[in-house]
Amino acid sequence: MNLVDNAFILICAALVMFMTPGLALFYGGLVRSKNVLATIMQSFIMLGLVSVLWAICGYSLSFGSDIGGLIGGLDFAFLNGVGMDNLNSPADNLPHLTFMIFQCMFAVITPALISGAFAERMKFAGFMVFSALWLILVYAPMCHWVWGGGWMGEMGALDFAGGAVVHMSSGAAALCCAILIGKRKGHGSTAFIPHNLPMTILGAGILWFGWFGFNAGSALAADGLAANAFVTTHMATAAAALSWIVAEWMHGGKATTLGAASGAVAGLVAITPAAGFVTPMWAIVIGLGAGVICYGGIMLKNKFGYDDALDVVGIHGLGGTYGALVTGVFATVGAEGLIAGNANQLWIQFVSVVATWAFCFAMTFIIFKVVDATIGLKASDEEQDKGMDIAEHSETGYQW
Amino acid sequence: MKKIEIITRTFKLDEVRTALTGIGVKGMTVNEVKGFGRQGGHKEVYRGAEYQVDFVPKIKIDVVVEDDFASEVVEAATKAAQTGQVGDGKIFVSPVEEVVRIRTGETGDDAI
Repeated sequence: MNLVDNAFILICAALVMFMTPGLALFYGGLVRSKNVLATIMQSFIMLGLVSVLWAICGYSLSFGSDIGGLIGGLDFAFLNGVGMDNLNSPADNLPHLTFMIFQCMFAVITPALISGAFAERMKFAGFMVFSALWLILVYAPMCHWVWGGGWMGEMGALDFAGGAVVHMSSGAAALCCAILIGKRKGHGSTAFIPHNLPMTILGAGILWFGWFGFNAGSALAADGLAANAFVTTHMATAAAALSWIVAEWMHGGKATTLGAASGAVAGLVAITPAAGFVTPMWAIVIGLGAGVICYGGIMLKNKFGYDDALDVVGIHGLGGTYGALVTGVFATVGAEGLIAGNANQLWIQFVSVVATWAFCFAMTFIIFKVVDATIGLKASDEEQDKGMDIAEHSETGYQW
Repeated sequence: MKKIEIITRTFKLDEVRTALTGIGVKGMTVNEVKGFGRQGGHKEVYRGAEYQVDFVPKIKIDVVVEDDFASEVVEAATKAAQTGQVGDGKIFVSPVEEVVRIRTGETGDDAI
């Protein structure tokens, strides 16, 4: 066990935890004022629901002994054998509890990310059951495949901090949910104007801050690799914020604050799989591409016509996919991608992208249909008119 | 008695208030309102999606004055609120049947 590494990863776990309330603000500001609390709740309560499920079985299904490369066993269920020493810890420099809680924070934010797709029209009870099932049936297997000894990691797929596990998985789920739940009442005729952009931009800032824990912490040690991941994360994000606003400036005539915040998040997403495998200058290249590509992805949404309310597909789905692929191109740190002469890595990345999208989309489809048929997922037109805050929580965000 | 409703640009509030109190208006009520006239609304863009916002913010100042004072108030308000650009607003004048000062029970012109 290494005490310095332990201190670093505990702090990183706290940083990643802060991303979830940051996401709540990011999403909360983007909806109309009558839905602000319901939207914030869909992120915030994941800290409750997912953390408990993680302790009960989620962690074990992700990091327990490998079963056929597909899922972890139940040896760590109820945190059995997860203690203050490094016994059985997947990172032998860390107490098992430290590794477990660091991973817990990743599990918390992933279903919260999906909630942007069905914002302003999802019933709370259905959302809770959907998220619980999704964590166990989609997140835990994905996590096992990539980091827990499963087939994707064994194949050699590079995913430093969760491009596939967190972003592509939530993006694929978001696309599925947005299509299945249908549009918000008034979509196409009513203006869905964000009610508090300063809140959104503060949320984006908190995400940027917390992401240092997400990516640098994924080195699992307080070492040079963590420093590299920290710097690549920052550089890609900075570059993506710039390239997004340049793209929209050229396309729409104005550089918007929402564009700057969205570009930053796109950069954070895109660098996530690559953070520990590329150099800082390649990170800037990745970020510049991320801002333009994700901006383009959001333009495409309007053409396809589905109502991904807060652009989870365009930013997390597309950004994560792009990031996974360019990891196979620009990897030179601890792995070799296309520019280092290893074209096979790009093929491996491509296979991991297709498998992630197919698995997450299909499983989400099944879970959605089951929960919709039993508990119900979409709020009625009347409830949507009233606002989800009153309809689902008997509260209002603002009194004036 | 006449009620004069002055709907105009929000940044003109101080100038209109100063002009009206300068000619002897003793009280007024102000509301933040939204609406549109010939000016129309404006365009807002969020992640590339354009929305036409029809209702633009304005202020509405309500003043009740004696009949023979009304034209002077309208003239002062018009002068104070005018920029000459589309969107300066409107002034509506309407008759008022009765006014009661709640504290004393006075009515009519005495209550203004």
